[in-house]
Amino acid sequence: MTAVRAEAVPEHAGPLVDVDDLSVAFPTRRGVLRAVDHVSFTLERGRTLGIVGESGSGKTVLSRAVMGLLPGSAERTGAVRFDGRDLGALTPAELSHVWGPEIAMVLQDPMTSLNPVLRVGRQITESLHRHLGQNRTTAAATAVELLRSVGIPEPAKRARAYPHELSGGMRQRVTIAIALACNPRLLLADEPTTALDVTVQAQILDLLGSAQRERHMAMILVTHDLGVVAGRTDDIVVMYAGQVVEQAPTDVLFRDVQMPYTEALLKSIPLLESASHTPLMAIPGRPPDLVRTPVGCRFAPRCAYAQDRCHREAPPLLESEPGHLYRCWYPVGSAGKTRGRKGGRKGADALLATRPNATVPAQRTGTDSNPLLRVEHLVVEFPAGPGKKVHAVSDISFDLMQGETLGLVGESGCGKSTTGRAIMSIPRPTSGVVSFAGTDLGKLSARGLREIRPRMQMIFQDPISSLNPRRRVGDIITEPLNIWGKAFGLADKAAQRAKLDEVMTAVGLDMEAHADRRPHEFSGGQCQRISIARALMLDPELIICDEPVSALDVSVQAQILNLLEDMKGRYGLTLLFIAHDLAVVKNVSDRVAVMYLGKLCEVASPDVLYAAPAHPYTTALLASVPIPDPSRPPDTQAGRIEGDLPSPVNPPSGCRFRTRCPKAQDLCAQEEPVLRDIGTGHQVACHFPNSGAPVSDKAVAAVS
Amino acid sequence: MRYVVKRFLMLIPVLFVVTFASFYLISLLPGDPALAVLGPGATAEAIAQEHHELGLDKPITTRYVKYLDHVVHGNLGESSTTHQDVTTQLKTRLPVTLELLVLSQIIAFAVSVPLGILAARRPGSLLDKLSTSGAFGLLAIPSFMLGVLLVFLFAVKAQLLPAGGFTRLTQDPLTNLKDMILPSVTLGLGSVAVYLRVLRSDMITTLQQDYITMARAKGMSQRWILMRHAFRPSTFSLMTVAGLNIGALIGGALVVEQVFSLPGIGTMIVTAIYQRDYLTVQGGVLIAATGYVLVNFLVDLLYGVADPRVRVDRAR
Amino acid sequence: MPADNVTPVEAPDAGALAVGSGFGLGVETGQLPSDVIGSEPTAAPRRRLGWFFWVCVGWLALVIFGAIFASVLPIPAPNLQDAAPSAMPSIHHWLGTDSLGRDLFARVVVGARVSLVVGFGSIAIGVAVGGFMGLLAGFLGGRADTVLTALANVALAFPALILLLAVVAFLGANLFNITLTVGVLSIAPIFRVVRGATVAFADLEFVTAARGIGASRWRILFREIVPNVVPIVMSYSLVFVAVSILAEAALSYLGLSVADPTATWGKIVNGGQAYLATDPYICLWPSLALFLTVLALNLVGDRLRTLFDVREAKL
Repeated sequence: MTAVRAEAVPEHAGPLVDVDDLSVAFPTRRGVLRAVDHVSFTLERGRTLGIVGESGSGKTVLSRAVMGLLPGSAERTGAVRFDGRDLGALTPAELSHVWGPEIAMVLQDPMTSLNPVLRVGRQITESLHRHLGQNRTTAAATAVELLRSVGIPEPAKRARAYPHELSGGMRQRVTIAIALACNPRLLLADEPTTALDVTVQAQILDLLGSAQRERHMAMILVTHDLGVVAGRTDDIVVMYAGQVVEQAPTDVLFRDVQMPYTEALLKSIPLLESASHTPLMAIPGRPPDLVRTPVGCRFAPRCAYAQDRCHREAPPLLESEPGHLYRCWYPVGSAGKTRGRKGGRKGADALLATRPNATVPAQRTGTDSNPLLRVEHLVVEFPAGPGKKVHAVSDISFDLMQGETLGLVGESGCGKSTTGRAIMSIPRPTSGVVSFAGTDLGKLSARGLREIRPRMQMIFQDPISSLNPRRRVGDIITEPLNIWGKAFGLADKAAQRAKLDEVMTAVGLDMEAHADRRPHEFSGGQCQRISIARALMLDPELIICDEPVSALDVSVQAQILNLLEDMKGRYGLTLLFIAHDLAVVKNVSDRVAVMYLGKLCEVASPDVLYAAPAHPYTTALLASVPIPDPSRPPDTQAGRIEGDLPSPVNPPSGCRFRTRCPKAQDLCAQEEPVLRDIGTGHQVACHFPNSGAPVSDKAVAAVS
Repeated sequence: MRYVVKRFLMLIPVLFVVTFASFYLISLLPGDPALAVLGPGATAEAIAQEHHELGLDKPITTRYVKYLDHVVHGNLGESSTTHQDVTTQLKTRLPVTLELLVLSQIIAFAVSVPLGILAARRPGSLLDKLSTSGAFGLLAIPSFMLGVLLVFLFAVKAQLLPAGGFTRLTQDPLTNLKDMILPSVTLGLGSVAVYLRVLRSDMITTLQQDYITMARAKGMSQRWILMRHAFRPSTFSLMTVAGLNIGALIGGALVVEQVFSLPGIGTMIVTAIYQRDYLTVQGGVLIAATGYVLVNFLVDLLYGVADPRVRVDRAR
Repeated sequence: MPADNVTPVEAPDAGALAVGSGFGLGVETGQLPSDVIGSEPTAAPRRRLGWFFWVCVGWLALVIFGAIFASVLPIPAPNLQDAAPSAMPSIHHWLGTDSLGRDLFARVVVGARVSLVVGFGSIAIGVAVGGFMGLLAGFLGGRADTVLTALANVALAFPALILLLAVVAFLGANLFNITLTVGVLSIAPIFRVVRGATVAFADLEFVTAARGIGASRWRILFREIVPNVVPIVMSYSLVFVAVSILAEAALSYLGLSVADPTATWGKIVNGGQAYLATDPYICLWPSLALFLTVLALNLVGDRLRTLFDVREAKL
């Protein structure tokens, strides 16, 4: 915090960073993998550049190359000039004096980017010592000051802590403090918030933004999320398959998209403001292999506008207006385009049609007023050392009607996944009643439980680890029939094979081509399709989807969401959809339940909940979601909250949200609010909900 | 501190099990120690008399309790063949074996730690390939062959060092060291291979961690990163393996002492086994097992020193 | 923080008896960011084994072939004392003769029999017993796990070679006793390897998924977990076989292996040690055979392990 370099005298008149025709390739067994292919851009002092791309787009390699931090096996051509100096020409010793005082870096995962065996303070002071020559006491004082400046409470105490004693958000603040320690002129933030919860993400992005402005520092923000860069960057570079496909000032890019890929990315993201069950425009297929790249445009095989020329000839970077570059023969809305979107072979509207009647759930057993699933006073606790336990789920109740989709949303550690598993009795809950179609699962024997499980299935978050790597895909999907074939009248192989074919076709897989392969030959999205197929084999009534899309890229995420909606309609399913992404949940749900630290805060239909949230936590969640629209500056959104999730070992008394709640009063600490109705189907657990008057007499008393 | 005490108290039942198991196992073995003392032509009465003298006519539990009582008082019994006190024998022989073990481990760590770090710095480099193949080679040479090979090279051909024999450290430290070089190297090289590979692979994993990238991005020098950031988090497997390796080392010491005719516990045990000398074998096994348990107790404490996260787990 | 599942005590489960013979050589990609690696499909496993792997397999096949067919092959009888003692290699005696005039080549070829029988036989026992216990402990968890793990740890505290010597000396040195004892001693280390692998897989989501479709415990154990654990255990077993062979060699060097005149590698070395100054070849040939066999087993085991052990690669 000493000597803010507000007016660093530039030695060089040109831009701070000048990436000139940079290519990075890695030799692999199969051939040369071109991770970054002829990329050029510049960054002026004090400005912010966003690099956006999906996994495999080369954005991480690009950011490492700008840093000069490539592994030894990388083959690099082109130049990265920082303040006029070619970083590639520097020796490692010279580079080590650039890193820290000139360029600094913040990595994705704060859990792994701090050394676990060194105290936090030491990790800051070592660079102060090396680059600024500060002695021990000065450096220690500077470190405390830095920690304070990044918003860490009790910085002197925290400086002596080890990383594992801090929460994820705190750790990311520490890594930012480390990066800022020597007043760098460029800060590279590589997916700095991807591993964080949405409320913490907003805090960290704000912190990065204010640090950048105060220090007049240039910043490169690498991310997969267009919402993150929308309001926080001056310019954006969109990458696909190692190439820059579009490059423009932020407001221009969002106003006037040229590249079909960028447009498709924007349209495949579920939006908070669009209605539930809006079909998403998924991008079909997957990114190309970077060892054997397609001849023409790399996006052509997935592009809705692609024509013959796109498959033959690779387009160059063209300029639509000064500063706006794109790589396409037939850009979005261009005058030269001869046909609309509908003319495409894989027209987007054909994709839209894949959700025929998702909102009209097929009723298998006719309507009845009894819920398919009823959860009453569910409690799940885990032992955590002698005399302590984790209160993962504390007394939650809800119903799930036949044919309905309930979205269960909350941040990590709120107990939503534990709830999903407790419903399946894996493991059985500590207390409470889960009744499925009128049967109390807690009263069933182990055998009875096994027999009822085919009627309720699960889909997991990690597409790789949820499939047995040693079995063939056909076996994995047919496994349920091997167990229950007799009970379902599908004991013979031919009938099983027919069923396999039907289900695989339904989820978009080809039995002939795929059934004999093993899971590692498939991409994440395809693995998730296999998981869905396995869950569908026994014609279940309920499917619990535990973060089914959070490990996937946005373009693939849209495919899977559309597929789930499609399957729900076709097989008459009831879904419990667990996720942390509010927009995703809204897209698929008929009703949404918000969870915080083992408790339900609010339950309502998505239209009500997203438009008029009653619980302060819901408000905070919605305010924290980054919106891919630069016209809405992120820091004007009201209702954000500070701090981190408290430990579920020692939850706060009374209302569990009160430690972070802007409205908290004494009553909130004394008495726990219960979930109560405040409108048709709108329930909230808060003493002072947003809409209208306080709900209980005590709250009235507390206010007056 | 409370953890240390707790952990130390947990050693007691383990040692109980260890003593009983060693006592029971040895007594299960056929072959009559009385016959070993008296010779094959002994009469039945003489055998019974000898059994009584050795206390072999009582039930096993009684014998164990009595044995344990003696062990606690530092009395491991009397050799059935030489009629020497086992404790005294162990006292004179233990320093030899301990010296061998300590020297071998010093050599092992002195070679494997720097080599492991350097090899991990550039996986696939010439140094890395050489040290990895060297490690595989060393793993494939049994200690007796390595001993014979070293004797052949340094004692028979070069005549630099003695092929065997032992001088006490207290008598003549220099000669003692000369006597101990070949045995310690023989025993130590086996451990080098093990430690080198463990440290190398852990270092490589550590060097791929994000926090190493962070340290580089901070502009720390390579040496600083290797020593301050990467080494400590990479030592957990090394410590575990070093602890487990004690068992193998004791077996190795037995062979090495035999090769170089050192008067340590190993030669004592081998001789005792040939002579069916129960109590001496028992004493040897007891010492070895206790040593193993104690060393692994120390390793357990070292985890806490190396990794602050372990300390937190223990405080819970 | 539950996220830090760093329990160093558990980390290197393998290699108690194998003392760390099996630790990773799995890093070939250097430091590619995951961004790049993610897009690289897995290459066919066969091509990644390398030519050296097949050289090692070839050597092992040769040794096994020689041991089985020694009596029908055109080589001199291993115990026949008809030539000049300590002869140099010649047409009649490819590797020369030992101090009693026996053909060294024949003795080295036949000497493999004891090594191989003890090595593979004992580990078969160890895998059968230790593997089964490890599977149960790792899969069932709870009290069964605590008890079995404690037992294994106590068993590891005993110096294996001393017990081996004692048991063999007292029971009598024959092939059966040696194999059985080495096998019993290998149970605890194999138990640790199998238990560790089982625990790692039992936590994965595909196991939860199997429970979710109503599979019984046994079905989960044998259809989901065992197929994943077996290749790992098999590759470790080769390393254990190498350790067993070394143990037998030490035993026969100490004069406690099978009775004369049956040849074993360790015994030939022991017999030749007295002639080291005049005739080092007597020691050289059996040492070389032993060295190459153990080296080949270690290398093959290690390559297979890096191929199969996804615990390091993916988890």
